[in-house]
Amino acid sequence: MKMNGARILLECLKKEGVDLIFGYPGGTVINIYDELHSFKAIRHILPRHEQAGVHAADGYARATGRVGVALATSGPGATNTVTGIATAYMDSTPMVIITGQVPTHLIGNDAFQEVDIVGITRQCTKHNFLVKDVNDLALILKKAFYIARSGRPGPVLVDIPKDVQIAMAEFHYPESIEIRSYKPTLEGHPKQIERAVDMILEAKKPVFYVGGGVVLGEASAELTTLARLLNVPVTTTLMGLGAFPETDPNALRMLGMHGTYYANMAMTHTDVLVAIGARFDDRVTGKLATFAPHAKIIHIDVDPTSIKKNVRVDLPIVGMVKGVLERMIKVANKKSAAVEALKEAIKPWHEEISGWKEKHPLTYKQTSSTIKPQYVIEKLRELSDADAIVSTDVGQHQMWTAQFFGFTTPRTILTSGGLGTMGFGLPAAMGAQAAFPERQVITICGDGGIQMNIQEMATLVQNRLPVKIVILNNNFLGMVRQWQELFFDKRYSSTCMELPIDYNKLAEAYGANGFRATNVDEVEDVIKKAFATPGPVIMEFMVAREEKVLPMVPAGASLNEMVLNA
Amino acid sequence: MKHTLSVLVENDFGVLSRVAALFSGRGFNIDSLSVAPTNDEGISRITLVTSGDEQVLEQISKQLNKLIDVIKVIDFTDGSGVEREMALVKVTAEDESRAEVLRIVDIFRAKIIDVTQKSYTIEATGNPTKIDAILDLLRPLGLKELVRTGAVAIGRGAKAWSKDS
Ligand SMILES: Cc1ncc(C[n+]2csc(CCOP(=O)(O)OP(=O)(O)O)c2C)c(N)n1
Repeated sequence: MKMNGARILLECLKKEGVDLIFGYPGGTVINIYDELHSFKAIRHILPRHEQAGVHAADGYARATGRVGVALATSGPGATNTVTGIATAYMDSTPMVIITGQVPTHLIGNDAFQEVDIVGITRQCTKHNFLVKDVNDLALILKKAFYIARSGRPGPVLVDIPKDVQIAMAEFHYPESIEIRSYKPTLEGHPKQIERAVDMILEAKKPVFYVGGGVVLGEASAELTTLARLLNVPVTTTLMGLGAFPETDPNALRMLGMHGTYYANMAMTHTDVLVAIGARFDDRVTGKLATFAPHAKIIHIDVDPTSIKKNVRVDLPIVGMVKGVLERMIKVANKKSAAVEALKEAIKPWHEEISGWKEKHPLTYKQTSSTIKPQYVIEKLRELSDADAIVSTDVGQHQMWTAQFFGFTTPRTILTSGGLGTMGFGLPAAMGAQAAFPERQVITICGDGGIQMNIQEMATLVQNRLPVKIVILNNNFLGMVRQWQELFFDKRYSSTCMELPIDYNKLAEAYGANGFRATNVDEVEDVIKKAFATPGPVIMEFMVAREEKVLPMVPAGASLNEMVLNA
Repeated sequence: MKHTLSVLVENDFGVLSRVAALFSGRGFNIDSLSVAPTNDEGISRITLVTSGDEQVLEQISKQLNKLIDVIKVIDFTDGSGVEREMALVKVTAEDESRAEVLRIVDIFRAKIIDVTQKSYTIEATGNPTKIDAILDLLRPLGLKELVRTGAVAIGRGAKAWSKDS
């Protein structure tokens, strides 16, 4: 059947199983909106800013593992998506972003609302396309979804000129697709895997260092099985949180700049380091020259460019982490004597780690009536549902959430790790809540970042998305203030927010509810009230203003040079 | 160290800017770059000369392969390829230097492709080091303008490249 390009787009989305998109209309997508009006298979949510729309699609994708879809008009609509796309790119979220474009005959003319969005996003998408002919549209969308979700996932942008949306063509959606120039290596090399297991079995001080790839690759169960089978300690990156239960005795929790003392010490002393779906980011390694100085390094990743990018690797394994870990479990199961020997051999290692854990656990002091932010995070964990999804913004509150929430399940923490995008928390929670209307979705923000996409309160209320919004209000851009305190002699240049905002009234203005706690005794009450209140709620906690995130490895220092209490 | 890479790419819109942007975005060097279609209509071949240590080269090669439009990257650093480059050179050639220029052209098996009373324009082809050599000799005689194509390279032997090897 012949149909117009706009309709073909929607049919393609339906074929890909897309039932929800976040989009914002405008001149060059008005034909798509016209088709959407009567297209029942796809729900559309209108955010109040395209950046938030992309973050919402990103949050949806992170929470579900499915491809998130966002739609924006050309020109300013398209440029507003860029921060969202870059955020998704850095954290490898599978997404398809559709932008309208001026009609093909006007491209290059500096037409009204024309920008070269394909050019602009070339460096922050996994791939992007300009559709020049309606007959290519379906195939390009098929490719876009395939590229977005396969291998190392990532955002793909498809730019569709207005005339292509109007032009008629036969709709035919390919069942499968082959791209000769794109063939990600999915299966790890069996010999390499066998060697990796042998290397671990001979270790005295092994550590698993786990990144977001394990979450993206749905390999958390395999990781947990292998770690328990071999009794190997596991540390995760910020993006890896939830891949391994932090309640497990083998959990070293988060490593790196604000990681635990014991995780960073374990990294410094390990003799066999197994990196799984992680990429040795500078926030994780600290000073490269002294990173894991005694370790042989095994690196498992689906993206070969991650391997040997910043650190030397003794044994690379390129492949999907799930399959590789499954195979490692099989191999290990066949070597039960060696496994028992390993468990015996690493007893002193476990003792050493226990010593570190005892010496410097993650801690804070809640002494006066002033609310400590860490206390709020602990109370949130205690009072929230076991399957609650938590998104964060970027700053101190993000690190406190990572340190004190105690994540146990993948896809329950949504946070901008790679780009560190303030303004991510609220819209990401919105996307997750749209995906899981019945689950508790909480976003934890600072009083700085919440303002960057506060307009989404309207979207939440309008669409009955009952996100619970936590603001840890220190009236500072806290993380920057912390750096100024530690490294710039407390010269608080432009980090004090000065103007206090009445968040209760703000919530009210949007038709939502707001509660505030100024005293530690009120914290529990406010959380309970908020969780019991239907609809979106703002919980504002007036927290200790100059509390610091600790421990801290100063930028450029070695992992064992932590500031523990300052 | 210099490396010559052949990058076989889909003849798609924007592919050259993807490759170029990869180099600029990641701080890799491009010494020269040449691009043209191949015997397969859908495929273009980019020959790239770059420099860097082994680790840098490995990253370049991996990053190129990661681009969706890149079909294959061939590294000729090991001497497995034959390289050629062409240069067009305008040199001053008056009175006594005219004969000297002709002599150099002859030694290097280059060609004169344009003549005036005051100048010769020379076409020289060969391995890039040979081009460097002829330029070194021409320079003192009055080199006015130079265009180089950048190297192109092809594997030695009977076998052609294939996607799967
Ligand atoms: C879009 C953006 N702009 C600037 C920054 C730099 N930055 C990182 S953390 C931070 C402070 C955040 O303050 P707030 O939201 O109040 O959270 P807190 O650190 O106080 O918990 C800033 C400005 C950023 N990460 N993102």
